[in-house]
Amino acid sequence: MSTALQTPEVAETPNYLNSEYGWKSWLFTKDHKRIAVLYIISITVMFFIGGIFASLIRIELLTPQGDLVNSDTYNKFFTMHGIVMVFFFLIPSIPATLGNFFLPMQIGAKDLAFPRINLLSWYIYIAGAIFALSAIVLGGVDTGWTFYTPFSSTYSNTFVITAAVGVFIAGFSSILTGLNFIVTVHKMRAPGMTWGRLPLFVWANYATSLIQVLGTPVVAITLALVGLERAFHIGIFDPAIGGDPILFQHMFWFYSHPAVYIMILPGMGVISELVTCFSRKSIFGYSFIAASSLGIAIIGFLVWGHHMFVTGMSMYASLYFSLLTMLVAVPSAIKVFNWTATMFRGSISYDTPMLYAFGFIGLFTIGGLTGLFLATLGVDVHVTDTYFVVAHFHYVMVGGMVLAYLGGMHFWWPKITGRMYPEGWAKFACLLVFAGFNLTFFPQFITGYLGQPRRYHAYAPEFQVLNVMSTAGASVLGLGYVIPLIYFLWSMKYGPKAGNNPWNAKGLEWQTTSPPPTFNFEQTPIVTEDAYAYGSESAPEEAHHHD
Amino acid sequence: MQVPLFPEAASSIARQVDYLYAYLSVVTIVMTGLIFAVVFFFAIKYRRKSPNETPRQIHGSLVLEITWSIIPFIVMLSFFWWGAEIFFANASPPSNAMDVYVVGKQWMWKIQYPEGTREINELHVPIGRPVKLTLASEDVIHSFFIPAFRIKHDVVPGRYDTMWFTATKPGRYHIFCAEYCGTEHSGMIGWVTVMNDSDYENWVASGGTEGSMAQQGERLFEQYGCSTCHQTEQQGRGPNLRGLYGSRVQLSDGRTVLADDSFIRESILNPNAKVTAGYRPDVMPTFQGQVSEEQLLQMIVYIKSLANPGAPASTGGRQ
Amino acid sequence: MTEPHSAVAEHAEHSPYLRHHFDNMEQQFDSATLGMWVFLLTEIMFFGGMFGAYTVYRSMYPEAFASTSMHMNPAFGAANTAVLIVSSLTMALAVRSARLGKQQALQMFLILTMIFGIAFLVIKGFEYHEHWVDMKVPLFSGHWDYSNTPEFPHQAQYSHQAQILFCFYFFMTGFHALHMLVGVGLMTTILMMARRGIFSTNYFTPVEISGLYWHFVDIVWIFLFPLLYLIGNARKLI
Repeated sequence: MSTALQTPEVAETPNYLNSEYGWKSWLFTKDHKRIAVLYIISITVMFFIGGIFASLIRIELLTPQGDLVNSDTYNKFFTMHGIVMVFFFLIPSIPATLGNFFLPMQIGAKDLAFPRINLLSWYIYIAGAIFALSAIVLGGVDTGWTFYTPFSSTYSNTFVITAAVGVFIAGFSSILTGLNFIVTVHKMRAPGMTWGRLPLFVWANYATSLIQVLGTPVVAITLALVGLERAFHIGIFDPAIGGDPILFQHMFWFYSHPAVYIMILPGMGVISELVTCFSRKSIFGYSFIAASSLGIAIIGFLVWGHHMFVTGMSMYASLYFSLLTMLVAVPSAIKVFNWTATMFRGSISYDTPMLYAFGFIGLFTIGGLTGLFLATLGVDVHVTDTYFVVAHFHYVMVGGMVLAYLGGMHFWWPKITGRMYPEGWAKFACLLVFAGFNLTFFPQFITGYLGQPRRYHAYAPEFQVLNVMSTAGASVLGLGYVIPLIYFLWSMKYGPKAGNNPWNAKGLEWQTTSPPPTFNFEQTPIVTEDAYAYGSESAPEEAHHHD
Repeated sequence: MQVPLFPEAASSIARQVDYLYAYLSVVTIVMTGLIFAVVFFFAIKYRRKSPNETPRQIHGSLVLEITWSIIPFIVMLSFFWWGAEIFFANASPPSNAMDVYVVGKQWMWKIQYPEGTREINELHVPIGRPVKLTLASEDVIHSFFIPAFRIKHDVVPGRYDTMWFTATKPGRYHIFCAEYCGTEHSGMIGWVTVMNDSDYENWVASGGTEGSMAQQGERLFEQYGCSTCHQTEQQGRGPNLRGLYGSRVQLSDGRTVLADDSFIRESILNPNAKVTAGYRPDVMPTFQGQVSEEQLLQMIVYIKSLANPGAPASTGGRQ
Repeated sequence: MTEPHSAVAEHAEHSPYLRHHFDNMEQQFDSATLGMWVFLLTEIMFFGGMFGAYTVYRSMYPEAFASTSMHMNPAFGAANTAVLIVSSLTMALAVRSARLGKQQALQMFLILTMIFGIAFLVIKGFEYHEHWVDMKVPLFSGHWDYSNTPEFPHQAQYSHQAQILFCFYFFMTGFHALHMLVGVGLMTTILMMARRGIFSTNYFTPVEISGLYWHFVDIVWIFLFPLLYLIGNARKLI
């Protein structure tokens, strides 16, 4: 069904990839598109490092006994899997890659507001990654990605400060990206690009940027205080001098809950782009989806206590957090319904990006709904700190976010590289990802309710069957990730050349060449239509659609 | 091979939690199924049949938006309500609950019964009687989790936490530590054994070679010189502890607080935090670092035993 | 690296300081100031985390905090407050000079601002030294003494919580001092740019946004001073 290969071969026009060569032209670039490519490479590397830890975890968990590695090593595996995946893959992923590349283009700008700060963001990310990888190489860190005190501040014997510094530094990369996006969207829209015409991908990244800017500094200071407590052997979380370890959790989750919305909102933005393009329909409920992104960002700051229902927090605080968490689910539900409604009477094609969008809608629904289990106080007391939580967040992070990322990468690959990926292999990999993912994580809901705690090196024997299923799924999932890596790389040299708009998509990025020229547009575009102005407003050309 | 979906249900709230979970699951399955089905159906029915199709644009419907916002939110409120009910029940131990004291440390659970019996990683409880656990940590944050009872609570250093349950089914059930606490976190596990009443009475009477917790606490009271100032029969330099436990205490700064476990623990470790009205600060030394969490609990049980007026005076020394 | 000019107006028609991804100087200025305001928002959240934690502990241990506050030197604190307020004045005057194109005045006010900034840091250094001598630095073992003295006959009871407050004192003023240092570095850079004659009535953006930063760091101190130095009733002034 793809129309990608029907456009004629385009001559090698000057574009951002061939405008200059040499490592200096990349490492000192100010072009947001090249910086996006730098990020794509870096976060892919970090993703696979995180994936290696995941594989080691799942291999250990094939048997109930801790027999592959010793406990300390296992504890380092899940800690480093979490730190790498959360701070060095999920948080930057879509904003720093697809956002960097396409946000300016979608609003008709030549670049972000602060190109040099954009490059600085990437260098800061790399510096943070070096610290994090150093912590790994030096011997690891075993506090869990959540760094709970007093274990992290006093008792752990691992490279906590090194890891915390890595996360602290990476936080600034996130802050600067968010800052850049906010100013860009406010000040650099092309003529006619009003707020009401912004693509939803831009709205999503804007809402994400608000969270990045407001939330990240809090985790920065929190981790700094833990690091200082470790360094000076005294600090504000130490119960021996009247400090409160639970205060750490409040401060940590004050960021880390909104952080999960940093992770998912851009993915939701991608889905809006995919569903409209591959249904060839305007989005259903534009203003509701835009408003829901802002709603999630704001309410997301008010629910952090739902990670702490069993810590001895006051009952009334727990009631409040439970109620607000129910509320924050509503805007997400709105999006799912609107995407589904967009497909109604559309013209739906089954290109790989759309398959990822289908997967997202289904799996995010499950992930989001299981979040409600956790928001429900009476059930949470039983399932918190078990594999139920692990399954929940992997459903939203992997089933949601990673699928959106892959969908977006496939969608925009021809624009970024000028080449098309092989559709057959892509569909196959998508299927592997979907099947492998569900086999990996669905059993974990069950083991969680049965009582298997998380972060357990060895587990009770009755959980083994489900754990074996989970590991089997993980191998399929891993294969599903490796295949795109291979064919994406392959396509850069051997893939058929893609035209300007292989998907016949709306959006300013498709009006320019593939790959785009360095300054994005030959002339600053003037915007006259709303986003997703697919098809016609009145004349139906749908004689073959029946009621 | 049978893979169960639910653990054993062995407490008074376990089935309720399971029903709520089942309700949540049904709603989830229905909603997910609905979305999957609709997406699947649309994907097939509206699949692209020719490359230049241009469907008519539909921009939105306020009615639909409101409907599919309000209805799910109302359903979520039902989740909230039912969950809050269970949570409230969990938070209020009955006044006749029997006390058991749990101290978590890397990487074991040390359990003390008022009768003096002690166990490591094992908890014995009678069937049908509410049991209130007082939880203390010697080091990092742990969490005491009994899946069969559907309860857990974090064990936080520097303070006491409590949880309660009524076991309803004899058997042996898992205890897990459910807050990552270091190397042997996954080894910090044990068993709770639910026995019928008479078996339990026999069992608990057979342990405890060092006397009851109250007696051990009394010995510590002597050993640390508490009786120097805290006389039980006459006024000393410190407040009389007879009848103290459970009463309301007026402090020197005007506040009134309840003399519960936490108050006594704090008064031993940080005496100047809450000074009783009429007494001077800076007189009682702090015992921080000198008494273990278990010893603190023993002393608290002793002081609790002084709460009944007319209870026999302790046999161990007065000055 | 030269940039293609196909999409841009000829150089002669716009300021040499116009970056090519902007359409005009006004857009560039607006973007820079909005960017700095957003950055200051992140700084508010950064310090806000510490202020929040401080508030939690202060509400838990009010007398301990009052006791500890007695050990702060309000003379130094007041001097620092005055120094910073005056430095904000000189900074504002520097920005004004830049807007008016007054190069000499700009440089003079920048230098004055830097002098006051450095004075702040020097006074802070004296303060820290005084705490060190007084054994009020719990961060280093052997440098904490909170026993009762004739001057403070009832403080030993608060020794533990006082350590928490002194941690806050050093961390909060430490991070603040770090920001001051960065501010002085910024001023140095701006001064060097000013001496090269870069600024004019048409282009003074770096001065403007550095001014915003400087004022922010000043305002953080305005909150720190009473919360750390002025708790409790009986004050010992000088």
